[in-house]
Amino acid sequence: MAELKLDSQAPSFQQEMKALAEDLLTKIEGGDLGKVVGVVNNINEVRDRTLYDEIGKLTRALHEAIKEMTSGDELSEDTGMGQASDKLAYVIKMTDKAANRTMDLVEEGMPLNSENLNGAKEIQEQWQRFLRKELKPNEFRDLTKQIDRYLTQTQVNSNKISTHLSDILMAQDFQDLTGQVINRVTKLVAEVEARLVDLVAMAGEVDRITGISHADPHHIDTPQEDDKKIIAEGPQIDTSLDGVIDGQDDVDDLLSSLGF
Amino acid sequence: MKILVVDDFSTMRRIVKNLLRDLGFTNTQEADDGLTALPMLQNGDFDFLVTDWNMPGMTGLDLLKHVRADDKLKTLPVLMVTAEAKRDQIVAAAQAGVNGYVVKPFTAAVLKEKIDKIFERVDG
Repeated sequence: MAELKLDSQAPSFQQEMKALAEDLLTKIEGGDLGKVVGVVNNINEVRDRTLYDEIGKLTRALHEAIKEMTSGDELSEDTGMGQASDKLAYVIKMTDKAANRTMDLVEEGMPLNSENLNGAKEIQEQWQRFLRKELKPNEFRDLTKQIDRYLTQTQVNSNKISTHLSDILMAQDFQDLTGQVINRVTKLVAEVEARLVDLVAMAGEVDRITGISHADPHHIDTPQEDDKKIIAEGPQIDTSLDGVIDGQDDVDDLLSSLGF
Repeated sequence: MKILVVDDFSTMRRIVKNLLRDLGFTNTQEADDGLTALPMLQNGDFDFLVTDWNMPGMTGLDLLKHVRADDKLKTLPVLMVTAEAKRDQIVAAAQAGVNGYVVKPFTAAVLKEKIDKIFERVDG
């Protein structure tokens, strides 16, 4: 995009300069200093005009880019930069909600399962005594009642647990929604990057006309590598990178090599 | 045994608390970063600290350093449960005096193993 704009501008500036330079040479050879100065003035004028044009374009492009990043438009499908952080906050909210909902259901389900388990254990004890013919008639009557209660209780509990399990399943729908939001934000970041590349190209044109050269900032402010600061970086996505450990086993190996 | 669980994400605190409860540790309290955790540690008789690393306010590593520099707290066993997975970071945590290091994502079995190991040492 930007390159097209530059190409349409650049040759005409170059051609104009070339024509003026040739003219300047002819005028110098002709010995008319008044005309020579006139051509030099023309050269300056063309340079200034082109420079103002380019700076104007750069300013406009910057303005447009900022406008789009902050408010969003058709290009970024209503995904302005300001909204991007809102959208990511939405992702955090959704994942938080899903995690808590899942944990609520698990916490509610666990005692139901324990109740079933303990009930079965109690009945089994009595049942074994019955098989060994150790049960007295009144104990047997109690056992039948106990079994009856247990059959009802397990059905109620199992039904509840089933409902919880399908609710846990449903709580995973955040993956779809958050995935879509993250995709949009990723797209926005790519657009912003493309715009920045355009801006750099336009700024480069200004530099070319004015003859400004920028020193590589990395070379300027790199004072001697000061002590590598150990800071929190969050999860490592690529565990194949140098210095990144791959899982708990690697941590354990490293710590044991340090005498842990 | 009284345990303080420090993590900026409430879901992770909840997971850790649940796992600790399954391991038989029911007396747990929570803090969401080092700045809130430190006064709790100084004023309460905690026996064990489980902390994340990457938190706003005060990080887990700084909390660990504060704990080790505090006369009253310096022997408190500290387990770091964190997503930080660089060699340099683990070495730094070890040098700061961490008692155990668990990388996220982790399993209940790993958490149990590290906690057992820490108390084996402390008691032994």
